[in-house]
Amino acid sequence: MKMTKIVRTTADLFFPFCLVFGLYVVVHGHLTPGGGFQGGAVMATGTALLLVARAYDDVTGRIRKGAMKACEAAGLLIFLCAGFSGLFAGRPFMANWLAPAGQWFRTFVAHGPNPGDLNTAGLLPLLNFGVGIEVLGGLTVILLYMLSGIKEEKK
Amino acid sequence: MSSRLLLAMPYFTVVVLIVLGLAVMLSKRNLVKILMGLSLMESAVNLFLVATGYRHDGVAPIYTNVPAGPMVLPTVQALTLTSIVIGVATSAMLLSFAMVIYKKYGTTDIQKIKKLKG
Amino acid sequence: MRNVLFSAILLLFFGGLLYLAADLPFGHPPRTDMDDYYIRHAQEQTGANNVVTSIVFDFRGFDTLGEATVLFTAVLGVGMMFRKLKEGEEYEND
Repeated sequence: MKMTKIVRTTADLFFPFCLVFGLYVVVHGHLTPGGGFQGGAVMATGTALLLVARAYDDVTGRIRKGAMKACEAAGLLIFLCAGFSGLFAGRPFMANWLAPAGQWFRTFVAHGPNPGDLNTAGLLPLLNFGVGIEVLGGLTVILLYMLSGIKEEKK
Repeated sequence: MSSRLLLAMPYFTVVVLIVLGLAVMLSKRNLVKILMGLSLMESAVNLFLVATGYRHDGVAPIYTNVPAGPMVLPTVQALTLTSIVIGVATSAMLLSFAMVIYKKYGTTDIQKIKKLKG
Repeated sequence: MRNVLFSAILLLFFGGLLYLAADLPFGHPPRTDMDDYYIRHAQEQTGANNVVTSIVFDFRGFDTLGEATVLFTAVLGVGMMFRKLKEGEEYEND
């Protein structure tokens, strides 16, 4: 039994907005409430919406297990490499060697309340992005595996 | 004695949720309902962690367009973030265990899953 | 009879927890030295406006590495549970 056409169309329309909002929460992690884990969960909610509205066989064309596994592994690798890059700059492991003054992600932040500037906080946006990708990949892979486990039972 | 009974509302909610979660975990027979009780207790512990760090008339510890006032303690919120993610991981593992047990035994009644005995 | 005993023990537990939780101070945390240091110095040492994010990823970034590993391990465990068996294997641990 399938969901009605209204449900399927609404889920298709809503999915890119969920992804964009999740990415916004991830990228602005050092300015507004949010960050890696929260934004990754919002993005995984978008893919879960797509999985609920359609049958498992319809969705595996679009959200492949291999792509999500690659997302998750890439996220953890980005986090680890950003941690090791501190060693090459002469500072301890996972030190924030890009902060706080200079060019790329290095604008100086004045003390006290201020409207936020996106170009600040050194290594933090990179770590946020890595963790966000990992949470998206991880939660979607869990959902896909559980759905495939159900499908195998009803032969 | 009456001053002992004046609890703040968050701590009272935490106690109620812990007792409810414990009652559900101990008295239900279905595996999925036991997992629901565990999830309830995890939510109660996260609420307790966040409530510990409150300052009277405090604002969120974020400097972007912040209103005036003392800031709430931020370390406890970092601990709660980690605790929530670990709760998600544990629930995912336990639910997949429940699915595989249902596939092998045909039931989720814990009093019938006894093949490990004897 | 068993139900009455169970409810009585739970009610006793509830009363005990309420009695213990009544002593907790709400709104005036007793020790705030470390958090005051973090709030005062997070912007100049990290460059981030969000103090919680700077704690999670900069001051205590090693714990976040452990947490990401725990999430990865959970996904590994779920993937192991729903493995498709090859031909010739009936159960998983044969």
